[in-house]
Amino acid sequence: MAIRERLSGNEAVSVAIRQINPDVMPAFPITPSTEIPQYVSSYVADGLIDTEFVPVESEHSAMSAAVGACAAGARTVTATSSAGLALMWEVLHIAASDRLPIALALVNRALSGPININADHSDGMGSRDCGWIQLYAEDNQEAYDNMVMAYRIAEHPDVLLPVMICQDGFITSHAVQNLFLLEDDVVKKFVGEYKPENYLLNAERPMAVGPYAVTNYYMEARRAMAEAMKNSAQVIADVAKEYETVSGRAYDFVEEYQTEDADYVIVIMGSATGAAKDACDKLRAEGKKVGVLKIRVFRPFPAAKLASALKNVKAIAAMDRSESFSGNSGPMAAELKAALYDAKQYPEVVSMVYGLGGRDITVEDMESIYADLEAGNFECEGLPYRYVNVRE
Amino acid sequence: MKTDINKLGLDVKWQDMTTGTSVVHSGSSAEFSTGDWRVDTPHWLEDKCKQCLLCIPVCPDSSIPVVDGKRIDFDYDHCKGCGICAKVCPFDAIEMRKGAK
Repeated sequence: MAIRERLSGNEAVSVAIRQINPDVMPAFPITPSTEIPQYVSSYVADGLIDTEFVPVESEHSAMSAAVGACAAGARTVTATSSAGLALMWEVLHIAASDRLPIALALVNRALSGPININADHSDGMGSRDCGWIQLYAEDNQEAYDNMVMAYRIAEHPDVLLPVMICQDGFITSHAVQNLFLLEDDVVKKFVGEYKPENYLLNAERPMAVGPYAVTNYYMEARRAMAEAMKNSAQVIADVAKEYETVSGRAYDFVEEYQTEDADYVIVIMGSATGAAKDACDKLRAEGKKVGVLKIRVFRPFPAAKLASALKNVKAIAAMDRSESFSGNSGPMAAELKAALYDAKQYPEVVSMVYGLGGRDITVEDMESIYADLEAGNFECEGLPYRYVNVRE
Repeated sequence: MKTDINKLGLDVKWQDMTTGTSVVHSGSSAEFSTGDWRVDTPHWLEDKCKQCLLCIPVCPDSSIPVVDGKRIDFDYDHCKGCGICAKVCPFDAIEMRKGAK
C-alpha cells in the first residue's frame, strides 16, 4: 500500500535517500538544497540509517569525496544547487569519466550574477555536457520517484554513469505537495544492494582509478562514455517500466500532454510545466488544438522521441529556464531544433527564455504564448529568441 | 565492467577500453618502460659501494633492485634518471652521466 503524504520536494528526496540508505553522503549546504543534507544528517543522528555523513568544506570537496567513496565501493549521494554545482564542475567530469554511479540531488537555482537564490536551470544546463544523466522533475512526486529510480539506472553495468535528480528551487523544493511514497521495504527491494564488480577497497583485486590517458587513448575513452550514455536510454526505459509495476506511476523520456492532434505545442522542462498544462486545458475547452511536451530526461537527450511527438505540429514554443548567451536561442531550444532538423521536420520553433532567477510565469503567460503561436506572431525583440516577461 | 588490460596497446579500439580507463591489476607499472624518458643516467661504481643501501628508499621508481640484502645494478627499464640516488650516496659510488645510457 502506498503511503499518502504531504512533503516539500527537498523532504521527498530526503525520504527517498533514507529509504535507499546509501553508504556515504558528502555534502556542503547551499540554498535551496540545504534541507536535503540537513534531513539526511538528522536521519543519521536518529539512527534511522547508517549512512556515513561527511560534512566537507566546499562543494569541490563534496564531489571529490563522492568520487573517492564511490570508487572505494560505497553507494554515494550528494546534493547541491547553483554555485555549489559550479564549484563541483571539474569533479563532475571526473565522476563521469571514472564511470562512478553517484547520485546528485540538484535543486535548480540561478547562477550569479547578479547573485540570486531562486529557481532557474542555469546550473543544470551548465553541467549538461559533463557526462551525467539528467532527470528533471515537474513536481515533488516526480522528484521522489526519480530519486528512487536513480541508482538502478546509474549502477546498471551497461551504463555506470552518475545521475542528477533535478527539481526547481523553492517552487518544488520548498512548496509542500500531496504525494505518494512507497513503503521502505518496497524501495529497499526495488533499489537493491550496490555490488560493484571492482572497487578500491577490494584487497583481492587491486585497481587504479582515473589514471592519466595520453592522446592515444583519450578519444577512445570518450567514445566509450558516449556508448554508456547511449545505453542509458534503454535502461531508463526498463527501470521506469519496472517502477510502474511497484508504484503505479508511468514515466517516459518526455510526457506528451494533448499533443496527439496538436498544432501548437509548448516544449518545457521542470515545474512550469504545470502552468502550461493549465493553459492547455483551458484552451482545449475552447476547442484549440494545443499541447504540452515536457522533457523529463535531458541527458541522454531524447531527440527521436521529441521529433516523433512533434511530427504534425505547426508551431512550437521551446521554453528554456536558462540563458546560454549563444546569441541564437536557449540551450534546450537549440537541441530541439537540431533534433527536428535531423528528423527532416521543419515546424516554426520559437525559442523563449523565461523564469530566470525565479521570475514567475503564469497560466495567462502560457495562454498568450499559445495565442502568439496560433497568430503566427513569432516576433522577438532585438534577439533571435524571446525573453518572456522582461520589461522593455 | 570491462577490465581486460591486455588490449590496451596504442591501437586499442574504443570497444576494448576498460571501463573508466581503470586498471584492475596490480604491479602493472613494471610492464611500462619509463626508462626511455631518461636524459641523464646514474652509473653504479661497484668498487666504491659499501652496500649501505641509503640509495634504495629514496629512489622514486624502485629502480634499484636488492638481492639477498645487497643492491645490484640499476633497473634501466624504469630508472628515469632523476639523480636522487647519486645525491644521497655518501661514498660517491653513483655517478650521473649525460645521456640516456
